[in-house]
Amino acid sequence: MKKTVLLIIIIVLVSLITFGSCRQGPKGEGEIVIGLSVPSLSHPFFIYLTKNVMDEARKLGIEVIASDAGDVAARQMSIIEDFIVKGVEGVLMSPIGADALVPAVESLNQAKIPVATVDRKVNGGDVLVHVGADNVEGGRVAARYLIEKLGEKGNIIELEGTPGASPAIDRKKGFEEELAGSNIKILASQTAEFQRAKGQSVMENLMQAHGDFQGVYAANDEMILGAIEAMEAHGISASGVVAVGYDAIPDALEYIKQGKLDATIEQFPGEQARKALRFLVENIRDGKLPPSNEVYIKPIAIDKSNLEQAEDKVR
Amino acid sequence: MILRKYGIYVAFVGVIVILSIISPSFLTWRNLLNIVRQSSIHGVMAVGMTFVILTAGIDLSVGSVLALTGVLCASFEHAGLPIVLIVIATLAIGALIGSVNGLIITKGKVTPFVVTLGMMSVARGLAHIYTDGQPISGFGDGFRYIGAGDFFCMPVPIIIFVLTLLIAAVVLRNTRLGRYTYAIGGNEEAVWLSGINVDRFKIAAYAISGLTAALGAIILTSRLNAGESIAGVGYELDVIASVVIGGTSLMGGRGSVWGTFVGALLIGTINNGMNLLVIPSYWQLVVKGSIIVGAALLDRLREK
Repeated sequence: MKKTVLLIIIIVLVSLITFGSCRQGPKGEGEIVIGLSVPSLSHPFFIYLTKNVMDEARKLGIEVIASDAGDVAARQMSIIEDFIVKGVEGVLMSPIGADALVPAVESLNQAKIPVATVDRKVNGGDVLVHVGADNVEGGRVAARYLIEKLGEKGNIIELEGTPGASPAIDRKKGFEEELAGSNIKILASQTAEFQRAKGQSVMENLMQAHGDFQGVYAANDEMILGAIEAMEAHGISASGVVAVGYDAIPDALEYIKQGKLDATIEQFPGEQARKALRFLVENIRDGKLPPSNEVYIKPIAIDKSNLEQAEDKVR
Repeated sequence: MILRKYGIYVAFVGVIVILSIISPSFLTWRNLLNIVRQSSIHGVMAVGMTFVILTAGIDLSVGSVLALTGVLCASFEHAGLPIVLIVIATLAIGALIGSVNGLIITKGKVTPFVVTLGMMSVARGLAHIYTDGQPISGFGDGFRYIGAGDFFCMPVPIIIFVLTLLIAAVVLRNTRLGRYTYAIGGNEEAVWLSGINVDRFKIAAYAISGLTAALGAIILTSRLNAGESIAGVGYELDVIASVVIGGTSLMGGRGSVWGTFVGALLIGTINNGMNLLVIPSYWQLVVKGSIIVGAALLDRLREK
């Protein structure tokens, strides 16, 4: 009895799989399908990135299928394998681990499917193009803005990102390198782990020891907004201190409009995603190669004077 | 002998003395208020967690419950609800989520670790879905008073923290709920055999933990001027650490909210001290972890 049931289940499953793949059928002439795999679809940044890829796909007249890897490298690996089985023409990915996803890229290479990476890189395999942000350069842009506004002198406080995270390391590196050439002194540099609440409490603590500062720089907007709330509660008006954040999130743009925040660094994540997809599709359609296999988008400082240049990241 | 009986208190005083010597800005009235205010968020959550841990349970979902109730609270404020109603509704939702944890743990007989680990993910996901990942920010002065205001020179979060402690201490000492909470953690079977509805009191403990997570959410949202679905990531660590280094046994049945109070202040003091001394970020992780384990070790001396 048990065996019969098992047999029926197997037959049903096998036929489902067969029919399932039949129904996908041969694709129409010229219809390109791209597989998109980002680390997690519940993270606001990757939701925004995915949305931009989808918009661009509509413009280019192609189809994009996306899967959620839930921040697990092994799951992203099997998603890529599924893409290969489905026979996509190209893969756009933001790898969860730079080393962990090398085998995935290698299997794509074997299957002769071009792959582009966006935001995060892989350390091996043949990648058509990586489109990303230059976080070191962004840190420099932030430093230049502070130097200009402070007139090459003064004391500042720096809030760092999550210890060990690559944007935290790169943004700090560029910022401090550029600042070293001026007379501006960093009174204290502490981590607030990219979080708004931590930005607030770390700033409260630092203000206990350091009263004389003219500028604050945080490696993301969440932290600088927390720091601004801390300064306001402490009776320091926003106009007296030059505050610079990073990422140009909608809340930060709102704070700039209200005159509470001076500037934020925009590195155009939406444009990165669109550009990577365009390179991929051009390669599939016409065999065209991108100008270089690493393309970085130049970050700029957004302040009251050029607010309209920031990407609209709401939904 | 003193070390044996008052391990955690000795550790706390030790940290304060050391910090006062090496950092001139540490021992000022303003900085001390600053520390207690910063400790009030994980502090109130640790008070609820004390109930759960006393029953030999654990609640890993508090950070996510804080995020979910925080964004709900923020949207209630934007909808223009009166402040009393915002507070009541937010606390009720927190207690409800806690009760769901408690119901599945008791009636479904699933271990607290697994149930609350699942809730940690569910509540975080719901918070993201509700807000679409976007922060809800900018509140009126009335609501901001809860987290950022002063009542006769005393920051309001500190007053809320102390009131929560007093209420919890009275409940644990003078009510059936309190006595059974200890008894269940001490010997659950004996309590059950004496005809007491163990499940009801365990569910109550998780409901209280959910309620205090929501209270933490109200303070944080008001203080930060924003409700965010990414708020409170990793808070369960600070909260559980506060309770455990405060001397409450993870095996249940032994501990007090006063220990938790000192535990929460110790965590806040370490965070503050590391900023004042400008300890590099990689080292902060090492220092914080070592002090937590060291304090707990000192506390365990009294058991021997």
